[in-house]
Amino acid sequence: MAESIPVGHGADHADHGDHGHHEMSFTEKYVFPLDHKMIAMQYMFTGMFMAIIGGFFAYVFRMQLAFPGIEVPGFGVVTPAAYNSLVTNHGTIMIFWVAMPVLIAAFGNYLIPLMIGADDMVFPKINRLSYQVFLVSAFVILGAFFVEGGAFGGAWTAYPPLSTKAEYNLSGLGSTMWITAVFLEFVAFLLGGINFITTAMNSRAPGMKMWDIPMVVWMIVIASILFMLSVGPLLAGGIMMIFDQNLGTAFFDPDRGGDPILWQHLFWFFGHPEVYVVLLPAVGIVADVITTFSRKKLFGYKTVLYTAIGTGVLSFTVWAHHQFIAGIDPRMANVFTVTTLLISVPIAEMLFVYIATLYGGSITLTTPMLWALAFIFEFLIGGVTGIFLGASGNDIFMHDTYFVLAHFHYTFYPIAIIGTFAGFTYWFPKMFGKMMNEGLGKLHFWLTILTFNGIFLPLFVLGAAGQHRRIYDFQNYPELAQPWMQDIRQFATICLCVMLGAQLIFFYNVIKSWMSGPASGKNPWRANTLEWTAASPPPHGNWPEGLPNVYRGPYEYSHPDREEDYWPQNEPA
Amino acid sequence: MSRPIATTRSMAGIPTARLAVWWIIASEIAIFGGVLGSYLMHRLAHGIWADYAANTNEWLGLTNTFILLTSSLAAVLAHQAAERGDGKRAANLLYATCAGGLAFLCVKAYEWNYEISHGMTITSNTFWSFYYTAAGIHALHVIAGCILMLFVAQTAKRNEELHRVEIIGVYWHFVDVVWIFLFPLLYIAK
Ligand code: HEM
Ligand SMILES: [Cu+2]
Repeated sequence: MAESIPVGHGADHADHGDHGHHEMSFTEKYVFPLDHKMIAMQYMFTGMFMAIIGGFFAYVFRMQLAFPGIEVPGFGVVTPAAYNSLVTNHGTIMIFWVAMPVLIAAFGNYLIPLMIGADDMVFPKINRLSYQVFLVSAFVILGAFFVEGGAFGGAWTAYPPLSTKAEYNLSGLGSTMWITAVFLEFVAFLLGGINFITTAMNSRAPGMKMWDIPMVVWMIVIASILFMLSVGPLLAGGIMMIFDQNLGTAFFDPDRGGDPILWQHLFWFFGHPEVYVVLLPAVGIVADVITTFSRKKLFGYKTVLYTAIGTGVLSFTVWAHHQFIAGIDPRMANVFTVTTLLISVPIAEMLFVYIATLYGGSITLTTPMLWALAFIFEFLIGGVTGIFLGASGNDIFMHDTYFVLAHFHYTFYPIAIIGTFAGFTYWFPKMFGKMMNEGLGKLHFWLTILTFNGIFLPLFVLGAAGQHRRIYDFQNYPELAQPWMQDIRQFATICLCVMLGAQLIFFYNVIKSWMSGPASGKNPWRANTLEWTAASPPPHGNWPEGLPNVYRGPYEYSHPDREEDYWPQNEPA
Repeated sequence: MSRPIATTRSMAGIPTARLAVWWIIASEIAIFGGVLGSYLMHRLAHGIWADYAANTNEWLGLTNTFILLTSSLAAVLAHQAAERGDGKRAANLLYATCAGGLAFLCVKAYEWNYEISHGMTITSNTFWSFYYTAAGIHALHVIAGCILMLFVAQTAKRNEELHRVEIIGVYWHFVDVVWIFLFPLLYIAK
């Protein structure tokens, strides 16, 4: 293995003098921290808090669907307006305030400097600003529930004219707060993304070449680039929407020379790349987990990387598959059908690489490994059903049914929930210096996975039977009010309740392990990547004894010439 | 608090700050691309917009183009001065750049005032909505650039952080280039 000590290595330690040895006050350390790990924790716990809120919303509106008109315990009777704002904000929160902060910001902030052997992000102050803007955005989206008219209820896609006219969506200030919050959240992630990209490009440990970068770092960087290049038009669209709502402009109003479809283009031009923005970090996490627990080299490191880049490029060309029945030219629809089918090729390729990595490995079924395997399995269902929807002829029937809803929950759930649990349980020992309880972890895993499938598999059936999304009470539609359909709805809702309850096991496990779990030591999983060579939890500056150098790629497991079945990246040959 | 070692590294061979400003510009291009793309689609679909556009004052637009280009020249000279290590001169040139930005905003304010008082407001029709929105977002960038420039000049004056002069200059050129797109689209194409 050729090693290269690049120039500039000498300069590395020049600045080291007082870094990390300076005493910090409580506020400096926990409220306005600059340290990437602490900012990661802020993002992580804010994201988890928002997940609880989003989960509670789901519980309320699912109860309404299963038992229309009942007084939902913990909430009360759900009015149509409340139903709409709960559904809208459930979707918005889960994507922008859970998936994004946890997968990109929390894991990105925590892992990038540690995995590339740096002491922090390159711009700690921009990093802190990013979290602060994000926090404000969270207050704005939640604050909308407390203003007159309530929170926005025009669906997470916010199509005009529903979203721009208060007389339709019945929430004046609430809808402006919704779009403002989304706007701020995007700004926060643009700020964060600059750090992720430049840090990974510039601050790698001496010796860490392009192909020595752990997959999860690559994926978060590619995701940040995708985000940066796709979100701009929607930021512009957000401004137009705020003007339409409040100043009386008519960007999206066909009566006065505007075009409602313009919003759909701006939204989905971002919206589709966005699904890969959240997908890629999860894919990266899974790559790191499955290599560690099958003690094998990643089968096709570059393949994964190129497919990720290919997916990223293609993801800019598929957006109108969300608009097949919005009145676009059928010839255009064919083009988008073809691109949509094309994009499943690199995605499938990625999954094949993972299966090939597992093949013949010595697999240990730890909790993180179970989550990673579940990701592959469940995401497969999501991806395959996407192909059904991509066929425009078929989608004319499927569009806006529960089939679509089940499709994207089979993608987002593996990404945002399963992928996050895989990452969280895998890096928990590093973050807190303690091992989690495996028994509780597995119990939580099985309950979550079984109930997840219990919720969403039946929804495919309902969707195929023509059940539309965004309907408050199916009893008003005779063809959707059949008893067998209601039975399925109740089954899905009961599964949801069990799933939410099962999360208590997780929180108990986290707190218990944090308080009194066995110490993990530096490298409990005997993994190769650099974060495992720092103390657990890593101190400020990560490696006060001096930053590591890198001599090889991240996935050198079970090397034939070595007695140990792993080969840390920082160990000289 | 000292800088992290991470900030001082340069694996890609490009200084970190320069890398960052290019990424910022990339995301800004997407923002303006969204506005201008939407505008163009509408414009091509509505021939009548040419009549609305005829009301814009291309001489004032041209003046503003000239002002911005001149200020960009000052930014380039500031960068050269910073390269030579002449922080004082760099700071003064940055102040000159800022003055250009301010002049630009004054002309803009005059123009908008005139147009609004003659009944061409943001709600008149979609052309004017785009006109004010696109130029308004651009003007915000001019303001942001000026404020940042004042901070940079402040440290440059003490001969500190001279590399920032280049960075703010790159950003300023970008703001300039956006105007180069806005000007023909909003003023000249009639
Ligand atoms: C990365 C994982 C994916 C995620 C997170 C995801 C997410 C979503 C979401 C959120 C929607 C519904 C939007 C709405 O109307 O509210 C959706 C719809 C759709 N997805 Fe996916 N998707 C993923 C992968 C795929 C793949 C691989 C394909 C096809 C190859 C695909 C094809 C479609 C199509 C055609 C629709 C539109 C269906 C309709 O509205 O009628 N998706 N997806
Ligand atoms: Cu899509």
